[in-house]
Amino acid sequence: MNPDHHVILRVVAKTLIPLITLYAFYVQFHGDYSPGGGFQAGVIFAVGIILYALIFGVSSALRLIPPSFTRGLAAAGVLLYAGVGIWALFGGGNYLEYGALLDEPEGGHHGQHIGIILIELGVLFGVAGSMLTIFYAFAGRVAEISDEDW
Amino acid sequence: METVAVSDMGLALANIILLTILFVVGIAIARLRSLFAIVMLSGVYSLVSATWFVMLDAVDVAFTEAAVGAGLSTALLLGGMLLTSRTAKAEKPFARLAPFIVVLATGAILIYASVDLPALGDPDSPVNTGVGREYLERHYGEMGFPNVVTSILASYRGFDTLGETAVVFTAGLAVALLLGFGERSLAESIRKGGRK
Repeated sequence: MNPDHHVILRVVAKTLIPLITLYAFYVQFHGDYSPGGGFQAGVIFAVGIILYALIFGVSSALRLIPPSFTRGLAAAGVLLYAGVGIWALFGGGNYLEYGALLDEPEGGHHGQHIGIILIELGVLFGVAGSMLTIFYAFAGRVAEISDEDW
Repeated sequence: METVAVSDMGLALANIILLTILFVVGIAIARLRSLFAIVMLSGVYSLVSATWFVMLDAVDVAFTEAAVGAGLSTALLLGGMLLTSRTAKAEKPFARLAPFIVVLATGAILIYASVDLPALGDPDSPVNTGVGREYLERHYGEMGFPNVVTSILASYRGFDTLGETAVVFTAGLAVALLLGFGERSLAESIRKGGRK
């Protein structure tokens, strides 16, 4: 592709993509206090990478985040979520009962906080990994797109 | 009292404007043949509905609609479009008459049913008197943070969210299995580019 092509798009995207990724993590870790959570954060993160792939080419995105990594990330997310439930079982509670994660006195909130942060991370990994896997499956099959194709 | 009436008027006006935009975009999507324009307009449709969800105080839903509908599905539909065709086939003149009648009938039934719905934010509606009120009253004491949506999704309904995460994972897995993964599924030029 002609490197001088779409120069404004590239410059704007270069400043926007780090902000989009940062915003994904803001949504993730601020989910207790404001709208959003793991699902939205995962989608926003995936959209940031997809924007990178659309503007700088799929092959550079594949070098940045290989498809084997996205598949593993998705699986790790679901396992992390399910693992928190098993941790609660070992703590003497029911499956996914966050109150039993830590040995804390009645009325403590730390177990809930840690449980929710961990499962939201699981959702983030699961959603971001799955969405990128789907995107790579589609986009990896198309060679470079010339302008006439649109 | 007067300010309440004015803000109600403003809300009603904004609702009418947003729903009119949605209607126009919907008609345009139905009439267009270029798939690229349709994909872009469906992104617009999602963004406008997200704004409308904010007006209904469903901020979390609006957020998800904006991220998934306007962001992700637009990109995925573009990817799918590049693999297949760029324009929809032209249809016979009256081919869409039967679907149009079905849509009109369904719309009429929905409007008829919506007359019996409780008003938006009505404290006596079934949504706000049953388990919803219980969550609102108990969650802060049990969780210790303000966002009730997060505490319902992550804690009270943790099993549901685990199931949803598994569904998303299964979708990714199914697409990877159907379209193939690894080196062989990539286009020739990308494969060479990846080896540089």
